Amino acid sequence: MGKPSGFMDHAREAATRRPVAERVNDWFEIYQDFPEEKLRTQGARCMDCGVPFCHTGCPVNNLIPDWNDLVYNGRWKEAVRQLHSTNNFPEFTGRICPAPCESACVLGINEPAVTIKQIEKSIVERGFAEGLIRPEPPKFRSGKKVAIVGSGPAGLAAAQQLNRAGHWVTVYEKADRIGGLLRYGIPEFKMEKRIVDRRLEQMEAEGVKFVTNAHVGHSVPVEDLQREFDSILLAGGAEAPRDLSVPGRELKGIHFAMDYLPQSNKRCHGDVLDPAADILATGKRVIIIGGGDTGADCLGTVHRQRAISVHQFEIMPMPPADRSPSTPWPLWPMQLRIEGAHEEGGIREWSIATSEFTSDAKGDVKQLHGIRVGPPPKFEPLPDTEFTMDADLVLLAMGFTGPVRNGIIERLDVKLDQRGNVATTADYMSSVPGVFAAGDMRRGQSLVVWAIAEGRKAAAGINKYLTRMQEARPAKPKANSNVRRDLISV
Amino acid sequence: MASIRGEKSHRIIEQGIQVLINLTHRGACGCDPETGDGAGLLIQIPHKFFARECQSLGFTLPEPGEYAVGMTFLPVEKHPRLNCEGVLERIIREEGLGTLGWRDTPVNGDAIGRVARASQPYIQQIFVARPAEMDEDAFERKLYVVRKRAELEIAESDIEDKEFFYIPSLSARTIVYKGLLLAPQIANFYGELSDPHAASALCLVHQRFSTNTFPSWKLAHPYRYVAHNGEINTLKGNVAWMHARQSILATELFGDDIKKLFPIIEAGGSDSANFDNAVELLFQAGRSLPHVMAMLIPEAWAGNPHVKPEKRAFYEYHASLMEPWDGPAAIAFTDGRVIGATLDRNGLRPGRYVVTDDDLVVMASEAGVLSVPPEKVKRKGRLQPGKMFLVDTVEGRIIADKEIKKRLSERQPYAEWLKENQITLDQLPEPVRVHASDHATILSRQRAFGYTDEDLKMVMEPMAAKGEEPVGSMGTDTPLACLSDKPQPLFNYFKQLFAQVTNPPIDPIREEMVMSLISYIGTERNILEETPENCHTLKLPHPILTNRDLEKLRRVSRGDLLAITLPALFNAKDGEAGLRSALDELSRRASLAVKSGYSLLILSDRGVDKNYAPIPSLLALAAVHNLLVREETRTQVALIIESGEPREVMHFALLIGYGASAINPYLAIETLEDLAARGYLPGGMTPDVAVKHFTKAINKGLLKTFSKMGISTLQSYRGAQVFEAIGLNKDLVDAYFAGTTSRIGGVGLSVLAREAQMKHEFAFRPVTDADTELAVGGGYHFRVNGEYHLLNPETISKLQRSVREQNFSSFQEYADLIDTQSRNLATLRSLMKFKKARKPVSIEQVEPAKEIVKRFTTGAMSFGSISKEAHETLAIAMNRIGGKSNTGEGGEDEERYKKDANGDWRRSAIKQVASARFGVTTNYLVNADELQIKMAQGAKPGEGGQLPGHKVDEVIARIRHSIPGVGLISPPPHHDIYSIEDLAQLIYDLKNANPQARISVKLVSEIGVGTVAAGVAKAHADVVLISGDSGGTGASPLSSIKHAGIPWELGLAETQQVLLMNDLRSRIRVQTDGKLQTGRDVVIAALLGAEEFGFATAPLVAMGCIMLRKCHLNTCSVGIATQDPELRKKFTGQTEHVINFFFFIAEQVRQYMAELGFRKVDDMVGRVDMLDVQPAVDHWKAQGVDLSAILYNPPLPGRVARHCVQAQDHGLEKALDHELIAGAKDALENRTPVEMRFSMRNVHRTVGAMLSGQIARRYGSEGLPDDTIRIHFEGSAGQSFGAFLAKGVTMTLEGDANDYVGKGLSGGRVVVYPPKTSRFAAEENILIGNVVLYGATSGEAFFSGVAGERFAVRNSGATAVVEGVGDHGCEYMTNGLVVVLGSCGRNFAAGMSGGIAYVFDDRMDFTEKRCNLASVDLEPVIEPRDVELVRGLVERHCKLTGSKRAKNILDNWAEMLPRFIKIFPHEFKRVLGVSRTGQPYIPGQPIPVPELVEALHG
Repeated sequence: MGKPSGFMDHAREAATRRPVAERVNDWFEIYQDFPEEKLRTQGARCMDCGVPFCHTGCPVNNLIPDWNDLVYNGRWKEAVRQLHSTNNFPEFTGRICPAPCESACVLGINEPAVTIKQIEKSIVERGFAEGLIRPEPPKFRSGKKVAIVGSGPAGLAAAQQLNRAGHWVTVYEKADRIGGLLRYGIPEFKMEKRIVDRRLEQMEAEGVKFVTNAHVGHSVPVEDLQREFDSILLAGGAEAPRDLSVPGRELKGIHFAMDYLPQSNKRCHGDVLDPAADILATGKRVIIIGGGDTGADCLGTVHRQRAISVHQFEIMPMPPADRSPSTPWPLWPMQLRIEGAHEEGGIREWSIATSEFTSDAKGDVKQLHGIRVGPPPKFEPLPDTEFTMDADLVLLAMGFTGPVRNGIIERLDVKLDQRGNVATTADYMSSVPGVFAAGDMRRGQSLVVWAIAEGRKAAAGINKYLTRMQEARPAKPKANSNVRRDLISV
Repeated sequence: MASIRGEKSHRIIEQGIQVLINLTHRGACGCDPETGDGAGLLIQIPHKFFARECQSLGFTLPEPGEYAVGMTFLPVEKHPRLNCEGVLERIIREEGLGTLGWRDTPVNGDAIGRVARASQPYIQQIFVARPAEMDEDAFERKLYVVRKRAELEIAESDIEDKEFFYIPSLSARTIVYKGLLLAPQIANFYGELSDPHAASALCLVHQRFSTNTFPSWKLAHPYRYVAHNGEINTLKGNVAWMHARQSILATELFGDDIKKLFPIIEAGGSDSANFDNAVELLFQAGRSLPHVMAMLIPEAWAGNPHVKPEKRAFYEYHASLMEPWDGPAAIAFTDGRVIGATLDRNGLRPGRYVVTDDDLVVMASEAGVLSVPPEKVKRKGRLQPGKMFLVDTVEGRIIADKEIKKRLSERQPYAEWLKENQITLDQLPEPVRVHASDHATILSRQRAFGYTDEDLKMVMEPMAAKGEEPVGSMGTDTPLACLSDKPQPLFNYFKQLFAQVTNPPIDPIREEMVMSLISYIGTERNILEETPENCHTLKLPHPILTNRDLEKLRRVSRGDLLAITLPALFNAKDGEAGLRSALDELSRRASLAVKSGYSLLILSDRGVDKNYAPIPSLLALAAVHNLLVREETRTQVALIIESGEPREVMHFALLIGYGASAINPYLAIETLEDLAARGYLPGGMTPDVAVKHFTKAINKGLLKTFSKMGISTLQSYRGAQVFEAIGLNKDLVDAYFAGTTSRIGGVGLSVLAREAQMKHEFAFRPVTDADTELAVGGGYHFRVNGEYHLLNPETISKLQRSVREQNFSSFQEYADLIDTQSRNLATLRSLMKFKKARKPVSIEQVEPAKEIVKRFTTGAMSFGSISKEAHETLAIAMNRIGGKSNTGEGGEDEERYKKDANGDWRRSAIKQVASARFGVTTNYLVNADELQIKMAQGAKPGEGGQLPGHKVDEVIARIRHSIPGVGLISPPPHHDIYSIEDLAQLIYDLKNANPQARISVKLVSEIGVGTVAAGVAKAHADVVLISGDSGGTGASPLSSIKHAGIPWELGLAETQQVLLMNDLRSRIRVQTDGKLQTGRDVVIAALLGAEEFGFATAPLVAMGCIMLRKCHLNTCSVGIATQDPELRKKFTGQTEHVINFFFFIAEQVRQYMAELGFRKVDDMVGRVDMLDVQPAVDHWKAQGVDLSAILYNPPLPGRVARHCVQAQDHGLEKALDHELIAGAKDALENRTPVEMRFSMRNVHRTVGAMLSGQIARRYGSEGLPDDTIRIHFEGSAGQSFGAFLAKGVTMTLEGDANDYVGKGLSGGRVVVYPPKTSRFAAEENILIGNVVLYGATSGEAFFSGVAGERFAVRNSGATAVVEGVGDHGCEYMTNGLVVVLGSCGRNFAAGMSGGIAYVFDDRMDFTEKRCNLASVDLEPVIEPRDVELVRGLVERHCKLTGSKRAKNILDNWAEMLPRFIKIFPHEFKRVLGVSRTGQPYIPGQPIPVPELVEALHG
């Protein structure tokens, strides 16, 4: 380790956000660059713990102390490699991960944690800048083929792992562009989409095939996949949003966050959208229901669309400013988080339940009727706290209940677990042999970093499955990969 | 005892027996207090007596010298006895000799103990006539042949009770009387020794304290030529090499008879017996006895530039013949004509002698063993390290060491022989081509050899950067190699053995002069010859070869040095079969190479590629070594390893320990070159420097590893196999590592092949960015996908939550994670399970938790290694629950002795006494419930420690009685424990100082720990602690943390078994520790035999430790293992957390007890029958593990108690101190001054300590006013005279004293001077023994005479004047003042960091030859206050002792003053300069004396 006393000598410093006044006028990422000198100092704060809790706090088990030290010592090339050995896409997590590693950081017991996320991002950015991250096509091909359904972080991570292991990988995406949530869920100001493109270029060069507008189970028959591929990975996410069943929910102007955010991202891409379906906050009084990350994403987007006002309601009580005693270190702390979007404006309120929406004559939502409630699990309404608030746009960001049904799941007839996610073995294989699942589809709604972790583990499971299959019988000739496009009715 | 003029008398025997009796306290008795470990004596044949006796038996003896007497032990039953006698007579006949007759030796069975009687042989003497044509020497040789033949034939016969048969002596010159006796029994048992006709001119006596072998009749000393006090650490290697060289032994003197002597080394002997066998061969083959001794136990010549060239040549020549038999050893030897003694290079055994005016010599381990009137004493002296003392009874004079060595050196032109025959690497031509490093392929090769990221980052880089082995902390908690899922290097299946109790480890840094890495390689020749060719060898300064060195060797062509390279690779895909056939092929080619005349075999694993994997280098070496040993050609070649595998100290140590002569670690070198080339080493280090540093680090590490075992030289470490294997199966060990202990079975060749395959597969699969370059390792620091750790994020956080929230169920979750290791096997106990009880009891019937927690202790963690807050939290918690906390080795603040206002007590119940004796004052000792002698520590057994100056703040310095800012060294050994009898002495000392405290001895598990524990029990310890290998540490070299010691399960089981079988278990309590973490751990420990349990890591975790493993860096971020005031503020641990932890453990223990049907813990102790092996462990390695050695339950009658039921008899009632205390009543009660007079003898030991304890109890460390109690003694004081003497007591002794005078002096005054009537010059004669003032903290001492070795070692505050000292004076001194008015031995001031010494350099050689200048400056004494100080002390000395030397100096002061030299430690100078005046110290500039004096006394 570089500097044993680093944590005593240096205070935590991380990249600052651009001034609010400036950043709400554009869609660029909100964080400023962090100078290398400072970064190395921050690396020196790492204590190189005998038991690095960060390393297990991190779902992909990033080798955090190792690359902290490498950064401190300026050994970037190795840092890039170490980082990629556990995480296919550190540029995503380095931007949008809530960094459970940092809440598990041992230094965090009594001092501000090491700025792990900043260091992660810096390593990977430097890697791209210096051309250290290049396509790494496999040295040999197994002849096995894998179809991956869904191009979010889980699908992509699995795709890269499997391709590098020598299998032919085709990724099917129902949307018009690859990236899933990364592309359409996460606003540009949190992660510019060139970041995703850059990685996709690498993957294509490595030999991964991407097929867009291919909705498996709808536009692409499941049977075709089963016939053509040795294995299928379901990585379609948990896209069924949690709904709010209150009177007035059907009114116009009440939308799910995941209907709202993709539109904004498309606009950033320069797409021209159908004005009829447009959801825009510009000039509106906006209420966001749901105080989580998606809510914050909506919030930042709303700011940039210049709403008149915006409120964010959360049914849970306001968390404490510091780590709650119920979640001691190294657990993920229950604690008030202030995201960039929160700095930019809007009013956050806690312990609020929505009881009804009312509208004007045109059926456009105009008011939200709410009430303050007590703590979970009962959320008992507090007497005399009813209120009404004007609203032209209501965004529902209350989370997701699981994978969308009525498609591939039914066609394949995979078994689901109690929570409605795809049930799998420890090797991530579903109840249907050769069909695997990963990411939110298996795990339920979660973090990008978990999706990557799942994708990697599923890839390992698939690789094992294919290797055993290889041992059992030699590869049978399959359709050439360049004819695969023919299977797809665009 | 000897008459110098060779005058035979009965008196010599009488006095010999008297000497033996006066040394009774040095021997041991077992469970039966009447049975000793053995005693005996050797005398010249008492012709007159035998002539008379034989006459009465009906046969006539010829003249003396014309017949031999054989002392024989025979079976008791008549029939087998006659059988044995018949065989012996026949062999005598066959060898051309004749039997004159037999004589039943009358013995008195009532005179000996019950156990001894049970194994007593029938004892007869046989008389053998010398044929007229045979000269005396030839007769002795024949007798030797007869004895060896008879021993062998009877051993191989099917005669019943043949194990009784033994011939203590068969000679025309000497006879040995010995047996399983106590010293006082010998004269009664062998009645004829009291016969006035029994006469001899010499008498060699010995009493045994056996530690490594079971006591028996045969193993009593003396042997035929020697009696030995000590150990031969290098025994295994020595014996193996003796066997190996048998095939080329030849001498005209024996001719064909030589074969009849094989095996030279008898099986089943002790180290001393084996040594005697070797002596006998060399002596009978024509070397003189002194020559043999100098050859087997050479002086430390290699590292001493002052050894005369001729003597150096003598030793160097003999070094190429044979490796040293390394001590610690004091050997007394005789052939019936000369009698003498020698001390090994370390000089760790005492030997004192007196020469009287009627030409008698008495030499013994102690002075005063025979009272000689002072006026009759001509000279007093002592054995010195590496020196010999010899009496030639025929020449009738004492021959000085110098003369002996001179004579030996002149025997042959050794120097010329060496010059002509010995070769060094420099003399060899430069190679044409040297392997260069290859960055392109290095990664796959590193992978193939199993390099991990950690190897590079944590082991190799630090070595390259600093030239030192890296240090770590907090012990180890990863699986044993045989339970790990990861492929391991074969090296990891071995554990280093280390010295504890029976032999001291060495300090390889401060006592570097005795260490040597030199080796001689080439073909060994017949050691019975002395020819120039015998030294035709290649001399290597150290065993690490660079690529260039190796190429030189590969192409060597000088004399018969010729090298061949043999590949050590196997086809990876062929697995086990491939490995096996490759090993066979390698061995076959090696065998062929030897036959073809190659003398250097280079076993090389260069050439690893896609197909070929390396054979583990140790396995390749062992395979070749074993075959060559079997073919008896091993000594004709040197094995050189060219391997990519070795990269850390342990690897090199193993290769050398199993016989490699030199090692070229090419991949380690390449790795460093690669790192350097890539700029990854600090400061832009060049590859050359990196490799140089690495080599230096490995060499230092090797010396450290040798020294742990008490071995000084690489030559004697080579092939010594001082390792224990854990988890290798019998087939593998028998085939390749014969002689190495491997107790639990385990893996064989197939697993080793699979491990090599796994690494190979990883090496040659495509390297992508998706992998780390190397495997993460995770052996030191936890990593997912690395090694499993018991303490991992999950267990740590669960444990902390449970104790903080006082939540037993989350504690259970934590414990389940640890206990349910079915998926993560880590420990031996993870392979065990409990049997079902026949009758479980309800939990209410089990004794309450508050009783159980009293059996818990916390580990020895010093204040200094952990913070005050952490240390006191533990102490308060343990005091609240009635358990015991431990001070560790750093002393304890006296303010903690009193209870706090709220009733809490911050005092640690256990006070540790460790090698440095920091803060060990009388007051410290009396404020304890238990005094723990730390012999070893699990994380670094056999090693000392160092607290760097910057960590020694004001408080720590005050408590450790040292100076702030001055570094502190803990020596590897206790300098008052070089042997088991020394340990018994320290136990006695401590018991005297505090009779209420129980004494415990802390040992670390290794093979043989049970026997040591039995010795500890016999030494009267109340408790023995068996520590496991995994325990924590504040700082240890990584190789020690990982590779030394073994799990407690093995050590504890062995201890319990050995104690039971010797019926000693009832006398001693057994404690165990070493990563105990759950109730299950405790119950398993109890069932294996422990009644008390120690915890250290787990309570630290309970207090907030998160295993940062940075204790050694002082940067603990949670304020536990740090002294940094800012970090200490971060400590949040609470007493309650610790208490909760222990109660949770106790509660779990209760649950298990209920299930197992035990109500009391005592019922459970030793009930190993309730343990079983976890069935169906589905693990590719663990399957082969066999725990039956651990679960063995010796079948013993019910009356043999399985736990401690009786107290030890410490024999305190005989202490002279009772009289002192009675006499000092007024002083103790009212501080009234008193004065007393006593005469004393060497049996009066530890005089003054009990009295001092009484003073400390009443008056604390303040003591009494000066001179309140004045005691005058006359005579020879036993060991530890004035130990722990408290302030207010002055003890004056007219006479002399043994070892450890003023040990732990705590303010008292000790004055010793020779009897006024004696005639010798005091400053030339030995007055006091070794290790005087060890660990003294304050007080004064004046000695008018010479002291032995290590005077004032670890002195931290006493002032002393002495008139001469032996080697290592003022070693490790940290404070105090010493004036030496005469000559000093070598290595003065080694490791001295504080205090001042002034030496009167009478021989004018101090600066050049005597002083170790590593840490001190030498200055003239010119500052007025300096001068005043010295003069004042000399005046006081003169006044108190009447010293003539002092008077002479004072009388000629102006002339004498310039001959004084001031010895001023650098560090002390620095802190004085900085801390007192605020000015930095400028070298060469004097420090103002007032500040100096203040520093010393203020």
